[in-house]
Amino acid sequence: MDELLQEFLGETGEHLDMVDRELVRFEQEPNNGNILRNIFRLVHTVKGTCGFIGLPRLEALTHAAESVIGQFRDGASVSSSAVTAILETIDRIKEIMAELAEKGQEPPGHDGQLIDELRGLAERAKQELAVRQPPPGLDPVAAYLARNAEARSTETGAPAAASAALDEMDLVFRAAPSPLDQPGQAHGEAGRDAKVAGPATLRVNVDTLEHLMTMVSELVLTRNQLLEIARRQEDAGLKGPLQRLSLITAELQDGVMKTRMQPIGNAWSKLPRIVRDLSTDLGKKIELVMEGEDTELDRQILELIKDPLIHMVRNCADHAIEEPHERTARGKSEIGTIRVSAYHEGGSVTIAISDDGRGMDTARIRRKAVQRGLISEAEAERLSEAQILRFIFHPGFSTSDTVTAVSGRGVGMDVVKVNVDAIGGMIDIASIAGTGTTITIKIPLTLAIVSALIVASEGQRFAIPQVVVRELVRVKADGEHMIERINNAPVLRLRERLLPIVALAGVMGRASDTALDDGFIVVTQVGERQFGILVESVFHTEEIVVKPMSTRLRHIPLFSGNTILGDGAVVLIVDPNGVARLVGVAAAQDEAIADASAEAARPLERTTMLVFRTGKDGVKAVPLSLVTRLEEVDAGQFESGSGRALLNYRGRLMPVVPVEGVELRQAGLQPLVIFSEGDFSMALAVDAIVDIVEEVLDIEMLAMPEQGLLGSAIIRGRATEILDLAHYLPKANPNWLHLRREDGGGPRVLLVEPSEFLREMLAPVLKAAGRQVVHAADLTMAAGLASGSSELSAVVIDLDRDAEAAFALVTRLRVESRHASLRIIGLASLPTPEMHVLAAQSELDAVVAKFDRRELIAELAETRPKLRRAA
Amino acid sequence: MTGSGDDTGAGLPAFEDSLDYVTVTVGGQLLGLPIARVQDVFIATRITPVPLAPREIIGLINLRGRVVTAICMRRRMGHADLPAVPTNTEGELTAVGIDQGGEAFALIVDSVGEVMRLSRTTFEPVPIHLDRAWAALAKGVHRLDDRLLVVIDVDAVLNIELPVAA
Repeated sequence: MDELLQEFLGETGEHLDMVDRELVRFEQEPNNGNILRNIFRLVHTVKGTCGFIGLPRLEALTHAAESVIGQFRDGASVSSSAVTAILETIDRIKEIMAELAEKGQEPPGHDGQLIDELRGLAERAKQELAVRQPPPGLDPVAAYLARNAEARSTETGAPAAASAALDEMDLVFRAAPSPLDQPGQAHGEAGRDAKVAGPATLRVNVDTLEHLMTMVSELVLTRNQLLEIARRQEDAGLKGPLQRLSLITAELQDGVMKTRMQPIGNAWSKLPRIVRDLSTDLGKKIELVMEGEDTELDRQILELIKDPLIHMVRNCADHAIEEPHERTARGKSEIGTIRVSAYHEGGSVTIAISDDGRGMDTARIRRKAVQRGLISEAEAERLSEAQILRFIFHPGFSTSDTVTAVSGRGVGMDVVKVNVDAIGGMIDIASIAGTGTTITIKIPLTLAIVSALIVASEGQRFAIPQVVVRELVRVKADGEHMIERINNAPVLRLRERLLPIVALAGVMGRASDTALDDGFIVVTQVGERQFGILVESVFHTEEIVVKPMSTRLRHIPLFSGNTILGDGAVVLIVDPNGVARLVGVAAAQDEAIADASAEAARPLERTTMLVFRTGKDGVKAVPLSLVTRLEEVDAGQFESGSGRALLNYRGRLMPVVPVEGVELRQAGLQPLVIFSEGDFSMALAVDAIVDIVEEVLDIEMLAMPEQGLLGSAIIRGRATEILDLAHYLPKANPNWLHLRREDGGGPRVLLVEPSEFLREMLAPVLKAAGRQVVHAADLTMAAGLASGSSELSAVVIDLDRDAEAAFALVTRLRVESRHASLRIIGLASLPTPEMHVLAAQSELDAVVAKFDRRELIAELAETRPKLRRAA
Repeated sequence: MTGSGDDTGAGLPAFEDSLDYVTVTVGGQLLGLPIARVQDVFIATRITPVPLAPREIIGLINLRGRVVTAICMRRRMGHADLPAVPTNTEGELTAVGIDQGGEAFALIVDSVGEVMRLSRTTFEPVPIHLDRAWAALAKGVHRLDDRLLVVIDVDAVLNIELPVAA
């Protein structure tokens, strides 16, 4: 295509986008003369260029628009319909330009109607001005010229002449003080109001930049190759220049990356106009706030998220923001706000779109999900709000009853998610009914060159992006970390967390002969999920140039691309999102296990129990959360000491106590259930581990714990006795429950927990930490005990039964000065961020997950910071 | 250069009447690849297999810094595999480099023959008795003196059926 034309299209496109933005701004600030002058100048420039190149249709349109704007600039009143008409004109111009780009010439057509409308507006404006007093100082000659020049141009249709005349008029106009200015104000700005002052810029063809980027990528690869060779050689002379080369390459890489970076404001440029149009169309009042538009992103990524962002804002305007009367009825301001913000964080950019609209109706989403067969009713009940909200990312999921032209076709959010996923980003949604919704997107800064961990599985190397790798854990069949199986799924116990494990070899369909025991676990985090990828070996981290997967291979979810390593090998890049999806089952299980222990405190008392056999038919159980580890040990390893059995376990002597009814084996494998607390460990010997069960337990408590049992419950249809751990712990170590005993029996902790079962479980934990436990079954009792005379050092209070009341109690306690330094810790099955906020407000010291013993003890050990005395 | 066809005088068909092919052998059959589509002929010693890939795609090859998707012609045409398919270190693959839509592919063949210039007049549409697997990938045939040359439709070869996304 004609180079001149190309340039024209590029430049004019930019000008028109600016006009769009400025017009919307102007509508909000009708008294801002600067904006209007800017707009006039832009439109004028476009018109001039059109005339120069010879594009009559465009020229006519811009000319008509310019006339109207000119009148506004002179002080005519601006009506919303006038702005709309001008915006429509701009749209028409863009349409024509699009065709121009395609075909190389203006499409044939008539814009008569639009031009007539504009002329009408201009006329009315002119008459309005004529009626008013002519402003002092306005040169009547100029005014005459203006009127006649306009008439001349429309009659003769000679664009060039008209342009020239208008140019003159323009200069004259600018020289004359406009009614909007204060008299005497320096109007010489006119000459100076050229491009907004900023750093010197240069227009560069995008292809040139792409080429540069490719060259730099190749340079990085070649440098990697040299590094690889240098690693193997000892040539000292090579190292110096190679280092320098490496430095230079890195800097060059950075520099070129910067050229790819563009402010996200570019993607947002269309938003003000869109929101304005939607407000008018929908009859709502919406304000758009943009924060962080200078935040820079890779150009490639910007292209990919531009449309999703626009879609989400439209969604907001269409569905989220209520109509003005509804808003006032709810006590909100008439004007709804949509806020888009962006900021850098770590290696990624976080973009948020939030509104103060009606929020999402989770009940409706739940129903829709069940209706569509995505989940069963029962499952729907168990899912948390956050989980339910995520259903909107499902394909075809639209909960709006009417499909509007704007959105609501139900194809939106899933496409957004797919786009975000495609670039390795994350998207999530939070909403409070009646208050508003926030959608958060996190995306990597750049796609081109990433840091990756090189691993190997089944003899083949793969690359895992460094950004998702949390840590590496070496696992061995009998090592410190080993893979266990729970419900037949491999898991790794890592610092009180159960991590589902997936073997890379398995996921790739390569059945492995070697058992799933040896290797390295790459702890990976995708969104909120953590899981471990088992690989055979781990090499090093390398900066790799990401090359896109072949179109014939893109459908494989496991890989996001490929690269060439320093030694020339082609290596596939693992897509952690893909692995996470393929591991869907395991992940669900992980959530199930986490949920299970969390749900233990709910009124239905669901708990995960470890079930084992004692004696011939006896079946007993203990909460899994209290168990540290399961082992099977060769009975020959047991030693005898002070009348007890001991086992040399991980360099320490650990007492082995058989459960009542169990006889310690003399030979063969002895199953052990290990409990650890800080330095102390003990092993309970059982006859066999039966299962791990998650059940709604109805425990019949014994009046007094006897024979090491708390009570019994029906587990999987069988009567199962529940073990009293407190009975066995002192058997292992007489000092277990008397650790750190001080005079007076240790500091007193008030344990407020309605569930008797849980009190029984938590009390040993507190005692093991050297505290004396005072029980309170409800808040009234707790209040009474707290106001009693005996000194308390800490309060551990349940937040599940009635969080509000608990917080209220804490606030009351804090009021009493003697309780100002009381350490108050809340226990919740599932501590949410909201809970933390509320807890902080009520002056709780911490919120701990109910079965996180370590955390509870750690929090207890801390002391309250001394508070400033309030004046 | 061999050429068959009834042309007078010079013994070679006139330029406009001729079609040039790079000939290859796959499973004993002589195939012709239109020369305009052939970028490269090379030997690959290393290939990276792609787990879960369609069967015909046997892996990725590094060709002078470009990642090339390798398609096994034997598998594409329904032949049994040759005994040894090289992995990272052993064996050699004979490859014909093809470009399509800016992407680089390589057709893995048993061997590469000479470049043949054949006359249009010997070109025939695909005979009915031809193996169906080949018929889908062929544009036609040339009847040579002693054998049949199957003209391959390169784009059809690259049009591998992909599994529908789960």
